Amino acid sequence: MSVLKVSGLTKNFGGLSAVSNVNMEIEQGELIGLIGPNGAGKTTLFNLLTGVYDPSEGTIELNVDGKMTSIGGKKPYVISRLGVSRTFQNIRLFKELTVLDNVRIAMHQSVKTGVIASILRLPCYYKEEEEIKKRAMDLLKTVNLDEHAMDLAKNLPYGKQRRLEIARALATDPKILFLDEPAAGMNPQETAELTQLIHDIKDRFHLTIILIEHDMSLVMSICERIYVLDYGRLIARGNPEQIKTNKRVIEAYLGEDA
Amino acid sequence: MKNWFKRTNLLWLALIVSTYVILNVLISTGIINNVYQTVLLTIGINIILAISLNLIIGITGQFSLGHAGFMIIGAYSCGVVLKLVAGGTIGVLLGMLIGMAISAAVALVVAIPTLRLRGDYLAIATLGFGEIIRIVVLNMEVTNGAAGLILPKAVSWHMVYWAMVICTLVIVNFGISAHGRACISVREDEIAAEAMGINTTQYKILAFVIGAMIASVAGALYAGAFYVIKPEMFTYSKSIDILVLVVFGGMGSITGSFISTVLVSLLNTALQQFSSVRMIVYGLALVVIMVFRPSGLLGRKEFSFDALLKKFDKKKGAAS
Repeated sequence: MSVLKVSGLTKNFGGLSAVSNVNMEIEQGELIGLIGPNGAGKTTLFNLLTGVYDPSEGTIELNVDGKMTSIGGKKPYVISRLGVSRTFQNIRLFKELTVLDNVRIAMHQSVKTGVIASILRLPCYYKEEEEIKKRAMDLLKTVNLDEHAMDLAKNLPYGKQRRLEIARALATDPKILFLDEPAAGMNPQETAELTQLIHDIKDRFHLTIILIEHDMSLVMSICERIYVLDYGRLIARGNPEQIKTNKRVIEAYLGEDA
Repeated sequence: MKNWFKRTNLLWLALIVSTYVILNVLISTGIINNVYQTVLLTIGINIILAISLNLIIGITGQFSLGHAGFMIIGAYSCGVVLKLVAGGTIGVLLGMLIGMAISAAVALVVAIPTLRLRGDYLAIATLGFGEIIRIVVLNMEVTNGAAGLILPKAVSWHMVYWAMVICTLVIVNFGISAHGRACISVREDEIAAEAMGINTTQYKILAFVIGAMIASVAGALYAGAFYVIKPEMFTYSKSIDILVLVVFGGMGSITGSFISTVLVSLLNTALQQFSSVRMIVYGLALVVIMVFRPSGLLGRKEFSFDALLKKFDKKKGAAS
């Protein structure tokens, strides 16, 4: 059963096609890698899929309760509520807030207590706040950050900030998770831990994960399928073995003479 | 219910009641005379204005310079009701409700186009809006134009005090709820907030409307407390006065707004005898604060009994 279907997706910025005519079909539970040289349009593609940009052409369909629903051009918060979550390439945490608050904010879509009930602090407000806190702490435990719950996000070391972003993305209760360079700036040991974490959360939360990454050891070791972008076009798709030996991919990365 | 009566909440309650009792005693014994009672009224009303603007600027991060516009709506709603419908406390309450309803409607109309703007652009758009309201009031018949309205005194400082307490509770409770957290996330990073499923436009509008309604409460109290209201009292410089209180206390800190309003009002009163140098000293004081505490007196922190109690418990634990 496919969870995400992209056909003919194109995004033009002025005369430049950042993404052109991309077709993808992603099955439930897959772990997909999206690679390509710098400036190939990988993050633009993520931004199209999560609603930050409106597509110039083409369709994006998401499986919502068994029905393929078009999400192209919908607002990011609407897409998020349909079960798509993401992290950002240049970490976008709520830096001045605590680690716990970062996760609690992402649980917003499940909040049922209304504004008036919150202002009057009715019993349902306390009950829900308690539940939110408990769920947030559980999530922080999953990514091993529960000790830092009351620290400000900006005071965490880099690797932990990346993990917090993953926890925050999980808090929205997603079906599909987009990770934009989750291992950027990590040392080999942190990368190994991250690989393990990605495996764990995929199984535990029944996720479909799509990740952009330049660390090829990570991509080749965990991704089941890989899409390769170059100059906004998909130039290859396949399993890691196929990609490693694909002539066009090698050309894109190393130049034609290599 | 038991959640309402936690230790910190009881301490706040004690602070609220004891402040009220002490002020009452001071007034009835004549230590606080009529002049100082006026200062007390001003402080109460300015606190309501400051915290309501703090909700918009400090908590939600939307730079609004049109706050006097909502105050004027409250003031004239109350003034017209006091003149034409009913006097006394009932008139004030009725005027207040009407003012809140009009403010909410106007805020909604203003918010939908302007809150798409950011930073400086939003500030200028709201500045213009505040002036539009003032000009409308200036040209209406029922408001008696530039001459303004002369009103009977209908608001006592008891009313101002409890209105201030209620407004503060509304804003604080909103601020610490999930909805308040959503507003804070808009301030911190709009793109990330939206990616986490928060309808940022909706929360900007919500904060703006709540802030506007509370500002109109302050306006209504002002009309009932100070006998005269004229459009010229509510120009954009009034909006900037309120902004100064918020920035001075720390954007996002409600207790900071309290402290700054009390300090600024006391400073103003103390300087009244030296009217020639008053603005110079006042201006200097602001410059000094901004140099030494650029994020305001409390920054984004709040004074809290919780933190205080924790410190106290630690000390006790260490001693035993």
